[in-house]
Amino acid sequence: MLDTEFMRLAFGAGAVVGVLAPAVGFFLVQRRQSLIGDGIGHVAFAGVAAGILLDVSPVLTALVAAVVGGVAIELLRSRGVAAGDQALALVFYTGIALGVVLVSAAGALDVGLFQYLFGSILTITRTDVAVIATLGALGLGAIALLYRTLAGVAIDEEGAQVAGVPIGAVNVAIGALAAVTVALSMRVVGILLVAALMVLPVSAATRLAWSMRSTFMLSMAIGLGSALVGLTVSYYADAPPGGTIVLVAAGAFGLAALGRALAGR
Amino acid sequence: MPLAVELEGVSFGYRAGQHVLEDVDLGIDEGEFVAVAGPNGGGKTTLVRIVLGLERPTRGSALLFGEPAHRFSRRRVLGYLAQRSALGGDAPATVREVVSAGRLAAGGLLGPMRRRDRELVAEAIERVGLGDVADVPLRTLSGGMQQRGFIAKALAGQPALLVLDEPTTGVDAESQESLAALLDGLHTDLGVTILYVSHEFGAVERFVQRLVLVRRGVVFDGAPGDLPGLWHDPSHTHARH
Repeated sequence: MLDTEFMRLAFGAGAVVGVLAPAVGFFLVQRRQSLIGDGIGHVAFAGVAAGILLDVSPVLTALVAAVVGGVAIELLRSRGVAAGDQALALVFYTGIALGVVLVSAAGALDVGLFQYLFGSILTITRTDVAVIATLGALGLGAIALLYRTLAGVAIDEEGAQVAGVPIGAVNVAIGALAAVTVALSMRVVGILLVAALMVLPVSAATRLAWSMRSTFMLSMAIGLGSALVGLTVSYYADAPPGGTIVLVAAGAFGLAALGRALAGR
Repeated sequence: MPLAVELEGVSFGYRAGQHVLEDVDLGIDEGEFVAVAGPNGGGKTTLVRIVLGLERPTRGSALLFGEPAHRFSRRRVLGYLAQRSALGGDAPATVREVVSAGRLAAGGLLGPMRRRDRELVAEAIERVGLGDVADVPLRTLSGGMQQRGFIAKALAGQPALLVLDEPTTGVDAESQESLAALLDGLHTDLGVTILYVSHEFGAVERFVQRLVLVRRGVVFDGAPGDLPGLWHDPSHTHARH
């Protein structure tokens, strides 16, 4: 399997996204914002469409759109312009509608879009892997630096605000991290499935862990395992990699829930 | 020396024409232990939010250590236990992880925790008597122990003013007694100014220096011994100015 370069590249990109997506998703889940990745993904779709229309790299325009969308959701929510779920819905639907209009204007409303919607990890290039690895390392570095702050705010946002923690800046940082993760994961699992890789490993880890930190570490391990096992299964079963990776993550959640239920008996 | 808390003529409503609080005057000296009680819906939590600068009065002024509360510059000296404090998220945060969150503002936001901060977290955990369960998920403990954990979190920041909103909700009578004794110890040993807000005075009445009864406005403010018998359970009060 690893004799072929496209599989080696796929494993490289999958490993980075498998670790980064749950690392960022961990904080979103703790803040009960599990669907934010989905919302940002839909805005990223508008970015992809803009890229196709303007003949610019769709990954780059998706990254820009995702960052704008992620920060917009956070600002709408934190400034009370709209409740959390309404802010998400507003950005979510505006993004998908804009994407459909732009991609239609570009005359590209066809199967070529599937690589962005459902991923196309097997067509990834060395340059793609280098970009994913660099941005992934930066994202993980930022999380390592901010772990204590992000965890503390997740535990008690109002208490942190009273004590003078700059909640607005922290929220924008998490929105931006989520956006970068969505843009990077787009080629691996696709816009429509990226949120699953941010949430399912965390949900599985929560059922097995004994502390916040162990939940965080286990989430990344399960995400990495899901990406590697999913790619392997997809190779031998000739199944779509993005969907297979997410199904493996869902299976991990099922096993973790079963394990916990059995342990509790 | 400025008062720790100084409210003058404070009125507040969440929308036009609403009067959650009306013309409230309240001063708390540094080092005082004051209990504020009143019926549910009487404006206590709003009072707390104004004291902490989370809401701005529609009329009057709210000062913290001499500065306007909403732009108080030394926020790290504030310790806050919110009403029905509950952990955010699903991850099984341990007592130590929860208490560490209270050291965030004072200990810096970037990088791992320094040794001195870890020591202060351990001290706060020991002080509330949770040393044996420091690495146990907080939510697996009893309601009383969870509240002790949240108090330790507030203490970890070494607050000059500790504000507790309904700290005994969901806590059994025995644990309420021990929480009240714990707060008395903090007040006596550490000299922390404590603002204790609840729908009833309860066990803490024996330890505080002043009782304040709030029902839209302040209807009683004095020593515990001066409180008319009828008002010892403020949730049933029909008090008037």
